[in-house]
Amino acid sequence: MLEAVDLAAVRGDRRLFAGLGFSLLEGELLHVHGVNGSGKTTLLRMLCGLVVPEEGRILWEGKDIRSEREAYLRNLVYLGHLGALKGDLTGVENLRITETLAGEAVTEDQAMAALQDVGLHGHEDLPVRVLSQGQRRRVALARLALSQAGLWILDEPFTALDKASVAALRARLENHLKQGGMVILTTHQEIDIDTALVKQVALG
Amino acid sequence: MKRDLILAVRRMSDVLTTLFFFIIVVSLFPLGIGPEVEILRMIAPGVVWVAAILASMLALGRLFEGDYRDGTLEQMLLAPQPLSVLVLGKVLAHWAVSGLPLVLMAPLLGLQFGMTAEGLGVLLVSLVLGTPAISLIGAVGAALTLGVRGGGVLVSLLVLPLYIPVLIFGAGAVEASVTGLGAEAHLSLLGAILALALCFAPWATAAALRISLD
Amino acid sequence: MAFAGINWFKYSSPATFYPLAGKMMPWFAGLAAVLTVIGLYMSFFVAPTDYKQGEAYRIMFIHVPAAWMSMFIYVVMAVYAAMGLIFNTRLSAMMASSLAPTGALFTFLALWTGALWGKPMWGTWWVWDARLTTELILLFLYIGFMSLEAAIDDPRRATRASGLLAIVGVVNVPIIYFSVEWWNTLHQGASISLDKAPSMATIMLASMLVMTLAFWMYTIAMVLYRVRCEILERERHSEWVVALMEERK
Repeated sequence: MLEAVDLAAVRGDRRLFAGLGFSLLEGELLHVHGVNGSGKTTLLRMLCGLVVPEEGRILWEGKDIRSEREAYLRNLVYLGHLGALKGDLTGVENLRITETLAGEAVTEDQAMAALQDVGLHGHEDLPVRVLSQGQRRRVALARLALSQAGLWILDEPFTALDKASVAALRARLENHLKQGGMVILTTHQEIDIDTALVKQVALG
Repeated sequence: MKRDLILAVRRMSDVLTTLFFFIIVVSLFPLGIGPEVEILRMIAPGVVWVAAILASMLALGRLFEGDYRDGTLEQMLLAPQPLSVLVLGKVLAHWAVSGLPLVLMAPLLGLQFGMTAEGLGVLLVSLVLGTPAISLIGAVGAALTLGVRGGGVLVSLLVLPLYIPVLIFGAGAVEASVTGLGAEAHLSLLGAILALALCFAPWATAAALRISLD
Repeated sequence: MAFAGINWFKYSSPATFYPLAGKMMPWFAGLAAVLTVIGLYMSFFVAPTDYKQGEAYRIMFIHVPAAWMSMFIYVVMAVYAAMGLIFNTRLSAMMASSLAPTGALFTFLALWTGALWGKPMWGTWWVWDARLTTELILLFLYIGFMSLEAAIDDPRRATRASGLLAIVGVVNVPIIYFSVEWWNTLHQGASISLDKAPSMATIMLASMLVMTLAFWMYTIAMVLYRVRCEILERERHSEWVVALMEERK
């Protein structure tokens, strides 16, 4: 269970939000709404432990994520605006590196399979810089197929994706939730996932 | 770390720019001062050391900048391993591609300045001990100035004062051996600086990265 | 046990510290002025002429306290910065950034008076001696601290980043302090030590201590003044500052 208690964030002079709290159980999805600049990305980064909250605490299984850093991070996948992809490396190399960083060993075949899964068949050996925006996004999303982590924090995962990929991602999210995973995401689109409980948080 | 090496090899030109910068700076001195061998021999250790420090500072900007821009740094912060260990790996890889070539090139430049074989040996040892310390200390500055406007100039202002002890002992070691005083004292102090930097710099860099990405 | 009755953290809140600092500041400023006058009078009129160095040595009465302060302020600044980073207290970070300009001023003063003294004594304004060089590095550290803080837009990140820099730079202070003993250089060692009888006349020692005390008071007054500005600027959106401004109008 992930709990946020009384969170507040400040950027420069501006107070983005204050007194924010929620709790998220296994199999639940949290949809963070808000206009541009309302602090959605800040909230997600805060939940990852990248941003120190101005006030409040974030609890994972009842313990502060800062004291349980290693256990918490092992259970977390964060995909931000930036794909964390190296333009000079191929998709397979990129995936294997990010997964090694996340503490999970991935073989070349597994990485290959994950890329084919997101529909990048035949593009596995190209340097990422020659891929299109949407294709790069899909390379980044391929991590979700490889990771064992229970908590997914996704910042605008649907941007730049074509219709088929959006549907595939939705199916993947549903599947993850059905298996008892948790998802926190921001998006401007409506998401219709009916198999799981969808909680909403509105900012700004 | 392996990844950084692979990336560096694919971007060979960056490595070569640093190296050529080093060579050119060193070669400018004889042009500015004149070709008297005696003077050149006297200033050689200082010149090589100052040029090495400037060259490695040039490379410092690349240490975290790429990873910062494409989001890899975020993922590094989210890795379950201690960040300081990852930082240490990155800095060592950075040194291998930007510091090591300078170390290997230095004796050749020393020869141009008419240095003796013994002086060259000490120069090599002092650079082997000193340049990793420079990379480690510089990493703190690079991490602090990530994404700051005018970061390149600022980083020199921050780390150059901290480089001075390394410079003093590095150049001092060569000078001491040339004048026949023996370089052991200077070299062991350099080693001590390196050991201290190895202990504390990765930790400080990790803290700086967390601050910069907040 | 009266100690336990007071909530010390109360004074670390900017809202309570602001009026307190305002009340204390004039006292320290006044003390600084009085002590400076006494100290200067003692240094220039009471203390006897040094038989070796003549009248020029009198610059020492400013030089030595300034050099002490330059190092001491840096350490205090680093301690405040560390407290700010560890306990996340806003006031200590503000104290650290308020100390920096005064520290830089004293460093500059120490270098400048040193040069004035060096000209008649050593026959040159500047030598590349260990203590002079390390003191110069200290000046650069102060400047680096201030420019890093100025360069970062987000105030929270700025104080934390410059705080970390202050802590890293603190390694330089012992190097300056012991540089005279480690390297046998031109700069003379300290003439004042606690364990053996001072090698200078008591009256000289007394005037130097008065000057040091005067510099102390000046520093405290300046820091209180600056930290008040800092508090107002950073907390300008908080309720108590807004209320204070209303009151002033």
